[in-house]
Amino acid sequence: MRFVFKTSYDADINWFKHKTQAFWYFVLFALMLALPLYFYFLSDAYLLGEITSVMIFAIAAMGLMLLTGHTGLPSLGHATFMAMGCYLNVIYLNLGVPWLLSFVLAGATAGAVGTLIALPVLRLHGVYLALATLAMSILTGDFIVILEPWTGGISGLAVPDISIFGWEVNKYANPYRFYYVVLIIAIVIIMAYRNVLRTPLGRSFTAVRDSEISAQAMGINLTVTKSSSFFLSATTAGLAGALFGHSAGYVTNETFDVVMSITLLMMIVIGGLGFIHGAFFGAVVFGIIPVAIANGRSLLSTSFDININIPGLENGMFAVILIAFILFEPMGLYGRWLKIRTYFELFPFYRKDMFRRQKAYLKTERVQ
Amino acid sequence: MSLLSLDQVTLRFGGVVAVNNVSLSVNEGEVFGLVGPNGAGKSTVFNLISRFYDPAEGSISFDGKNILKLGSDKVPSLGVARTFQNIELFEHATVLQNLLVGRHRHRKTNMLSEIFFTPAARKEERRHREAVEEVIDFLDLQPYRDKMIAGLPYGVRKVVELGRALASEPKLLLLDEPASGLSVEETQDMAYWIEDIQKQMGITVLMVEHDMGLVSSVCNRVLALNDGKELTTGTPAEVQSHPAVVEAYLGTDGISKT
Repeated sequence: MRFVFKTSYDADINWFKHKTQAFWYFVLFALMLALPLYFYFLSDAYLLGEITSVMIFAIAAMGLMLLTGHTGLPSLGHATFMAMGCYLNVIYLNLGVPWLLSFVLAGATAGAVGTLIALPVLRLHGVYLALATLAMSILTGDFIVILEPWTGGISGLAVPDISIFGWEVNKYANPYRFYYVVLIIAIVIIMAYRNVLRTPLGRSFTAVRDSEISAQAMGINLTVTKSSSFFLSATTAGLAGALFGHSAGYVTNETFDVVMSITLLMMIVIGGLGFIHGAFFGAVVFGIIPVAIANGRSLLSTSFDININIPGLENGMFAVILIAFILFEPMGLYGRWLKIRTYFELFPFYRKDMFRRQKAYLKTERVQ
Repeated sequence: MSLLSLDQVTLRFGGVVAVNNVSLSVNEGEVFGLVGPNGAGKSTVFNLISRFYDPAEGSISFDGKNILKLGSDKVPSLGVARTFQNIELFEHATVLQNLLVGRHRHRKTNMLSEIFFTPAARKEERRHREAVEEVIDFLDLQPYRDKMIAGLPYGVRKVVELGRALASEPKLLLLDEPASGLSVEETQDMAYWIEDIQKQMGITVLMVEHDMGLVSSVCNRVLALNDGKELTTGTPAEVQSHPAVVEAYLGTDGISKT
């Protein structure tokens, strides 16, 4: 086990706890940078495209993680903010706004509109909030149809290519460039997320999540804190939506449906609520399973001549996985990883109950 | 000089009068105790000061300002910190993070500078950490510094909650039953800390407590409540021997006389 000898306050503030940790994240970064080379020599970029969409969903999941995992506000409507980001980005691009600006503006507008929608909704708690956001998600498709002059309605909208100072990026013509654009945006968002978590803003989010009454008694304004969280969350989802648009190339009223909202929520639960890692782990699981099912199917039919054609197999598997996680690993994949790591760090002193959640002591009766 | 004063405050929940025409004034630098049987309205008085409840009548002022105009999240910024009877810590955060939340009223950075973590934000952050480390030293919390609250024993949680209130560098500290559920040794520690808080840090303390040993060892003045009404105010010894207080605790029948 490692003992970090802290000699300054910065040891608690910095991103990395110690040099070894920083080293491993740097290795991961280098691997991610070098990854396209592998596919370039393979001259088959299909999997790289899959990895890129996993990263896009991880960005959206980070947005939801901030709201649900860190502020404790469940949302079943994050596809709405993705849709907003996507459509606004295309509208700005068609108006002739340069991509970098339109991308950031699309995210910020989605965040601002999201906050306006959220203000009345934020008075609700728990399952009621989830239902209100679910309603928002269901309405999204209808609104896209109603706003046809701007959104193209049912016939859809073509998404222009990314162009950064004349540097053209198209997902199909050049998947490598698109990969790097998404990677850089993902890293910038992770850094911003980490910064939020180590400052009073992020701490006020977790305070509101764990005890609203005591957060208030510490001088935290609930409305301001919740709407800040909603703003940042919707902005991040909007940015992910804009990238998703570029990845899909063409979007219609059916692209951002309720299923996408639910998928995002499932991602963060399976990945591990309350951890940035969880957003990525969840997105990876949801990226791998369809590919694994398809590969398994073709393997079965080619080598064993067994043909499985069960409709809804994918959704069924997701459901089983989600139920299994809620029952057996409420901390998600990242929580499981933490347990494994602690086991080896403390070997042989790990105890089974170390991560067991204690029953909370009686809470003060909720006043108000 | 009186730091906190309640003037003829009344609070009703429907037909129940929880606090009935209570007046009290806490002087700067003193430890003021609120005692009384269960349901007397002691914690309700705290919730009135924290502005979780609106009184039906009367006025509350802190440091010369009328706090009834402020929202509950604005009261701490004046320098009022509190603990809760049933411990309201942030369960899924470490002790350090809990104490840092206590510093929220000193937040000077805004959302943008925090997202980009500007040098100014880092400087602020160091300042918060420095203040929190002092509280950790004062309350001997070093062994639990990076532990999650969810795994801590009850006694430690009580201390962490005191620490979180102290981290906000308050002028007035409201302690809601600081010794409930603590062992004899822990209660003694608590008594020393309250004394230090009063004498070294110069913080005024208003506390609700059932343990009369603790009350008489730390409190300068005590107010006894029963059924939302004030019985008497005075030194701990005076209040303990006051006939109305004895009656409220033991009943009217003079069994011992017969």
